Amino acid sequence: MRPPYRVSIAMCKSLISTGVFSRFGLKMAAECRSWFSVVLPLVRGAYTSAAASVVAAAFVFLSAGVVSPVANAQVQTPEAGLPSPEVAKRLKTLESELRCLVCQNQTLAESPAGLAGDLRREVRTLVEQGKSDAEIKAFLRARYGDFVLYKPPVDPKTYLLWFGPFGLLLIGAASGWLVARRRGLAAKVAHQVGEAPSTPEKSKQVSSQQRARALLDDDVADKDGKR
Amino acid sequence: MSVDPTQSSSVAAADAADATIGGVSSAKRAWQFFLPLAIFVTLVWFLYQGLFLNPREVPSALINKPAPAFSLAKLHAPDQKFSPAEMQGKVWLLNVWGSWCASCRYEHPFLNDLAKQQVVPVVGFNWKDDPAAAKSWLVKYGDPYQLSVSDLDGRVAIDWGVYGAPETFVIDKAGMIRYKHTGPIDAKVLNETLLPLIRDLKKAS
Repeated sequence: MRPPYRVSIAMCKSLISTGVFSRFGLKMAAECRSWFSVVLPLVRGAYTSAAASVVAAAFVFLSAGVVSPVANAQVQTPEAGLPSPEVAKRLKTLESELRCLVCQNQTLAESPAGLAGDLRREVRTLVEQGKSDAEIKAFLRARYGDFVLYKPPVDPKTYLLWFGPFGLLLIGAASGWLVARRRGLAAKVAHQVGEAPSTPEKSKQVSSQQRARALLDDDVADKDGKR
Repeated sequence: MSVDPTQSSSVAAADAADATIGGVSSAKRAWQFFLPLAIFVTLVWFLYQGLFLNPREVPSALINKPAPAFSLAKLHAPDQKFSPAEMQGKVWLLNVWGSWCASCRYEHPFLNDLAKQQVVPVVGFNWKDDPAAAKSWLVKYGDPYQLSVSDLDGRVAIDWGVYGAPETFVIDKAGMIRYKHTGPIDAKVLNETLLPLIRDLKKAS
């Protein structure tokens, strides 16, 4: 907050000295300071974010074509020496199933973070020691918890996560079916009203029909009377 | 409007019948209104709570587990080794830091304060750092550590489930990890969480 504040005062002073404020009939001393300290950072923020998005767009554009092969090469082989093809294949699958804890939405294979490099090296060591995939995952789970696995394990803690969506789907389907059935029934009832008014639903409709008829008759009688 | 009395009474009767049915359906309507509202409010409550959670805070898998053993060279005496077994019988802290770590600088004054109070020994875990840079960092900002160990390649940090610096572990007399604080320590964390916990652990035999 410091720099924009200081700049705003400087701006204020220069604006006061150039008579900008008096020209607009504004008395500015203390108000100026507080006003600028709020407005200027906003303006500057808008400019900065616009500039940042231009830079970001340029970066994405460039990295798509030029930078990414280089960057990928760096990410893929931080370890010394190439692993044998079958080890490489296992590493690729394992690393894509494990989460980097620094860049939390990236797998170990994708992440450029230092920790991801350490963990890739560790996984490779374990693979080369002849550990099974399950053992390697258990090794990391013991240290970093379930979070390190991209696919959470199915246990009582995660039942809601795994089966909740299906539960919601069932509830949705059931309520849809109920609504459809009720509408179907109502349509049937409306169809049969004239024939047998027995249930309260039907008698209600009949009573309103009677009332409507009474009102209509009344209206007609009224008009007749006037004529 | 001229209405004959017999007709008007039949209209009133129909109105009464409507009202009783209306009573039933209004309870139902209230239910139809409040159930979605209740679901909505619950959802909003959870989402609101979510705004203040830190997604970077991954709960440690090591709480109430024995502190992983290691033997690492001391920062100031690389020919000597330190292992957690040496702290057996003491409540102590392991603070993960690095001279490359900006948040460590933020928390450092609080660690210096803690060291002055002399309530608990703090062991520094210098993570993936250049020892020379680490030493000059400690000269510049003060050294609150009883000793620091160098984990040059980050191998031991994996055993401790370290995924960022700073992190602080509280280890009890039996060598069990009782608490892990992820991120910088400040006065609030120190006074409200760490110090009370340390006091309790020291009381326990």
